[in-house]
Amino acid sequence: MAELQFREALRAAMTEEMERDENVFLMGEEVAEYNGAYKVSQGMLDQFGPKRIIDTPISENGFSGLGIGAAMMGLRPIIEFMTWNFAFVAFDQIVSNAAKMRYMSGGQLKVPIVFRGGNGAAGQLAATHSNSTEPFYANVPGLKIVAPSNPDDAKGLLKSAIRDDDPVLFMESELMFGMKGEVSDAVDYTIPIGEARIAREGDDLTIVAHSKSYWLAMEAAEELSKQGYEATVIDPRTIRPFPFDAVIDSVKKTNRLVIVDESQPFGGIASEVGFQIQQRAFDYLDAPVQRVTAKDVPAPYAKNLIEAWMPSVDDTIAAAKRALYVN
Amino acid sequence: MAEKKTTSTAKKATASKTAASKATASKTAAKKTTASKTTAKKTTAKKTTRKPAPRKAPAKRTTARKAAAENPVPGAVGGDGAPSPIEGQSLNLGHAEAINAPGDADFRFYTEVDAYTHEELGLDVETLLDMYRNMLMQRRFEERAAQMYGRQKISGFLHLYIGQEAVSTGSVWATRPDDPIITAYRDHGLGLARGMSANACMAELFGKVDGSSRGKGGSMHFFDVSKHFYGGHGIVGGQIPVGVGLAFACKYKETGGVSLTYFGDGAINQGSFHEAANLAALYELPALLICENNQYAMGTSVERSRGSVDLYKQGYPYDMAGVLINGMDVFTVYKAMKDITDEAREGKPFMVDMRTYRYRGHSMSDPQKYRTKEEMEAKKDEDPIVRLKAYMLEHKLAENDALDTIDDEVKQVVLGAVEFAENSPYPPVETMYEDVYVQDDYPFIS
Ligand SMILES: Cc1ncc(C[n+]2csc(CCOP(=O)(O)OP(=O)(O)O)c2C)c(N)n1
Repeated sequence: MAELQFREALRAAMTEEMERDENVFLMGEEVAEYNGAYKVSQGMLDQFGPKRIIDTPISENGFSGLGIGAAMMGLRPIIEFMTWNFAFVAFDQIVSNAAKMRYMSGGQLKVPIVFRGGNGAAGQLAATHSNSTEPFYANVPGLKIVAPSNPDDAKGLLKSAIRDDDPVLFMESELMFGMKGEVSDAVDYTIPIGEARIAREGDDLTIVAHSKSYWLAMEAAEELSKQGYEATVIDPRTIRPFPFDAVIDSVKKTNRLVIVDESQPFGGIASEVGFQIQQRAFDYLDAPVQRVTAKDVPAPYAKNLIEAWMPSVDDTIAAAKRALYVN
Repeated sequence: MAEKKTTSTAKKATASKTAASKATASKTAAKKTTASKTTAKKTTAKKTTRKPAPRKAPAKRTTARKAAAENPVPGAVGGDGAPSPIEGQSLNLGHAEAINAPGDADFRFYTEVDAYTHEELGLDVETLLDMYRNMLMQRRFEERAAQMYGRQKISGFLHLYIGQEAVSTGSVWATRPDDPIITAYRDHGLGLARGMSANACMAELFGKVDGSSRGKGGSMHFFDVSKHFYGGHGIVGGQIPVGVGLAFACKYKETGGVSLTYFGDGAINQGSFHEAANLAALYELPALLICENNQYAMGTSVERSRGSVDLYKQGYPYDMAGVLINGMDVFTVYKAMKDITDEAREGKPFMVDMRTYRYRGHSMSDPQKYRTKEEMEAKKDEDPIVRLKAYMLEHKLAENDALDTIDDEVKQVVLGAVEFAENSPYPPVETMYEDVYVQDDYPFIS
């Protein structure tokens, strides 16, 4: 075990996979000479050279498509988006090509590509730069979506994503690149895509939260504990496929569910989880499913507004109390 | 530019190529060559056929412009003061204007028709017959598909390629079978040229399980990866970056291959084209960006969608050589594609403006009100299949009867394909859930 930053864990995953498989390469804006906009790929150009660590122009549509074509011929590209906010210009490539190529070719093609980069809101960046983009892609069959909440998961899951034969969208919270944590250095350390992590166990309610929101959920759970309510906290780690079984099992014990999700409420991840649980575990619920999301407006700039816009610990505690019928 | 009947202007221009290709050649010189119309015979033309000299790949990155300036390609007119590539051609190439190119432009013109003999191109009679058979296969396949559409055996979109067969056959014959090909939704011709079976293609149109995509792709999405045919794609321009990715993989894996990315003249207005062109040039990829310029995007003619209608110039901002090809003559296509493919393999992308024409509507629902009967009539003489047939008869390479027999055989194959498609079952409903992920036990659908 070593103590690594989130960005270092990502780098370790990419480095190990590139050492293992020469078909893996990294491409994106500023990934090479500049060492990465968020320094995720620091030093990788020196180690692997310009054939495999490739700077691109600001052409998200172009280089995403390039990666897809390369993957169709057996390479395993990692495409870094400076942040997922800018991947909207590559939406067509991800949705029409990466996701659907296999299906439309009747299973002839596979597209083993990883798209990764910072996601979500990071302080006062205003509306264009503060999107949690999971739901846009979660609606598309053919894609897998991973959103880890800590450095160790980031490493294990990214290694799995690179080895995966299907397109994986890997979403890193922009505010978490500097977060430190113990990271396994076991050879071939991988975490399967699609398995939840139970971070905390308690009988009174279940809180589900991924990525940055996971830390809100943990803080809220600590506070609730002080007030006498014990929560189970589940980090799904993967958005698609979503590990519904883990949530259902927990709801069967706790009978109450809160979902924390930084994306917009309408048609968001929390909405889908809420729906699935009412359908598959309705008889076990003792209260309506509660969700804590970003507010249903574009992200504002002003400090007080963006703070009010994002899901908070207080919002989470309030939602938990609604589920517990206390207050 | 309206059509000009055959004159030897261009040939004459070629003859005086020393003057034309000199960077210093003045506009007056160009005018002179253009003005001096003579009625030189075809034979003369053949002798003076432009043959771009083989060029060594530059040791280090030399820009196309620099390379062109340092190493002018004999016969490839271009640059300052070069004569119009279009004037004096026998075919109406659409809207190409007299070029007014910067002096450092590397533009190549393969606009002549009936300019090459099969011997010059190294094509034996057997191969010619194969090419003829292949073009006929595309034509007959689609005629029958249109009929089946009328009978509602085929649904959805059906975009016919009829008229463009010289492009597919000429370029496939000029390249390696493992050079990856990708195209848009008008994909039947290229798929068949690359060797996809008529059975699998027709069954795909019928939406049957034996179709090339197991009934999940339809007309716009033929794929045959075993033939390095990476599909037809339904989003205008979306396949262009992917095609550049195929070129990237060729270079990365050192296969020696070159990717052939086809798209329409409408697609050139998409950002994806410009992004992909820049990436191809920047990374020096073995990529041919081939615009099948049939002069219409649905009902919008090139003139109504472009500031500049000379699409071969679209690579210029990226320092890419531009090639204008007469896509109605399979020999011209073959010759041009052979020349540039050899160069492209070394990591030199090209922007290809393939002038062609579609005789049918954009899709089956198109009443074609946007073009006149006269235009269509005028284009009839350019039919690439008729042209090849005439060549073979004229040169006594085949008897009319033998060519008719080929046509009959092809028609039989297509009828067999219809029967095959009819008899193939619909895909079992469970297969709807297959082919989404490689990992087929994936817990998505429950
Ligand atoms: C992004 C996108 N916009 C619009 C369409 C609808 N559409 C399909 S084909 C077409 C015309 C394209 O013309 P062109 O690229 O010249 O190809 P051609 O049909 O001439 O082969 C249009 C507008 C589409 N499929 N994709």
